[in-house]
Amino acid sequence: MNRLSQLGVIVLVLGAWQVAAATGQLGAVPTPLVVAGAVLGLVLDGSGWGPLAETLASWFISLLLAVVIGVIIGFPLGVSRVTYRMSVVTLDFLRTIPALVFVPLVVLLYGAGLQSTILLAFFGAVWAMVMQTIYGARDLDPVARDTFRSFGVRRWDTVTRLLLPTALPYMATGVRLAAAICLLISISAQIVIPAGGFGEQIVVHQLSGALPEMFAYIVLCGVLGMAIDSTFRWFERSVLAWHPSHRKVSS
Amino acid sequence: MQSISTPILEADGIGKSFGDNQVLSDVTFSVAKGQFVCIVGPSGTGKTTLLRALSGLGPANSGEVRVNGRVVVQPPAELAVVFQDYSRSLMPWMKVGKNVELPLRRLGLSREERRKRVEQALRDVDLGHAEELYPWQMSGGMQQRAAIARSLAYRPEILIMDEPFASVDAQTRADLEDLMLDIRDRLGVSIVLVTHDIEEAVYLGDKVIVLSGRPASVAASVEIPLGTGRDQIETKSRPAYLELRAEIHRMIMRKSDTVAPQRAPR
Ligand SMILES: Nc1ncnc2c1ncn2[C@@H]1O[C@H](COP(=O)(O)OP(=O)(O)OP(=O)(O)O)[C@@H](O)[C@H]1O
Ligand SMILES: [Mg+2]
Repeated sequence: MNRLSQLGVIVLVLGAWQVAAATGQLGAVPTPLVVAGAVLGLVLDGSGWGPLAETLASWFISLLLAVVIGVIIGFPLGVSRVTYRMSVVTLDFLRTIPALVFVPLVVLLYGAGLQSTILLAFFGAVWAMVMQTIYGARDLDPVARDTFRSFGVRRWDTVTRLLLPTALPYMATGVRLAAAICLLISISAQIVIPAGGFGEQIVVHQLSGALPEMFAYIVLCGVLGMAIDSTFRWFERSVLAWHPSHRKVSS
Repeated sequence: MQSISTPILEADGIGKSFGDNQVLSDVTFSVAKGQFVCIVGPSGTGKTTLLRALSGLGPANSGEVRVNGRVVVQPPAELAVVFQDYSRSLMPWMKVGKNVELPLRRLGLSREERRKRVEQALRDVDLGHAEELYPWQMSGGMQQRAAIARSLAYRPEILIMDEPFASVDAQTRADLEDLMLDIRDRLGVSIVLVTHDIEEAVYLGDKVIVLSGRPASVAASVEIPLGTGRDQIETKSRPAYLELRAEIHRMIMRKSDTVAPQRAPR
């Protein structure tokens, strides 16, 4: 029923688009059928794969960097109240800077390539990871901490069996947020610079007036975003089966 | 009866305040090796606070705690704690077996030895079937027993228990009480157990310490000469038992009448 109604809405929107575009209400916007044809063309003639690889590379490397460095920065800040207090203003300042303001700078330093989009996406996403890791580290249950202390559990076991599992739900959210941000900024940067990938393809086809292909790449961006988001949601569910928000059996 | 040799655990003039709120004042008592000491007192007197001081988790402001003659500054290795808040002291991301195994990991035991201890401890508390369950898949009473099993598997010299039988049914409670007596007899563990229940304190204890007042101190320390080999029915019908129970009751009533104007709910 739920699935069905979701599908119904999609069909309705596509139908409205089709009618509006076919009757010339949307100006130069092609109909969804034409766009679908263009998508199919990109997939079949192979011209879409290169840009996909470029966008994915930028997304993946920036995400990896954001996660690793976010945890490395966030964890120590979160475990100690003092370091957290000290750094909170700096963090609030840094994370409100829109990553794309650094486009001129990174282009100057690294040119119009993968390196630049990675850096920008990393800068945009790392704060989500830092903040979530901090929240996670601060969420430590005092009774659980006392339990570990009273048994004199070794430091490494305390990290892997107490601190990490405590922070994990937050970190998983952080990874999911960072994944979305990395894709968003990678594509945006590819458009603005332009620097390869789906982003550059959108600009190129717009300039050459190939609107169906331009829209095809826009649709692909959406599909990629959804695929990434649902992958990470699934991942979160399977890693955090014990967590109250994911439990199947509880008493 | 246990010989009163050098105490394994000593509380010497423990005082503790939280800001302006002085909770404990000059609490002094000792626990001999193999001795079963029960601490009773109304809710909010400071029993948990005292146990935290004993176990090195919440150091006292004055006085000192000694374990085997050493002053306690952090949790000593020979001591295990069963927390009042048992559900939060079990990790929801670990199955019960892993929770019980947790404190064993630093003892340098072989994998099989750890397995054996986990199984034994779980069987002791009648949770032999629950090893593969997550704590949140179990009832409150089962969780409480799992927490007890964890401290048994550790085989401490001193076992500190904060109302460990609060949420189990009467029959399970009686079984667990007898299990604790048996463990003490077999392994010579010294046990400090906090309870609201005077019957339980007298049944289990070699010594009952009545904590009361505000700030709380030791209002009475009553030796319980009921010997070993106690039995739920036989011991509890002995005149000596009834006498001691009534005496401690009277002490608590008297104390709370004169010292604390608002009587504690329990
Ligand atoms: N961390 C803390 N900060 C401030 N006050 C505290 C803290 N812990 C305990 N107290 C205060 O100390 C007093 C004694 O608390 P405690 O938990 O030791 O009582 P208790 O005898 O264990 O009670 P119960 O039988 O209900 O468990 C209470 O008045 C409580 O408000
Ligand atoms: Mg308490």
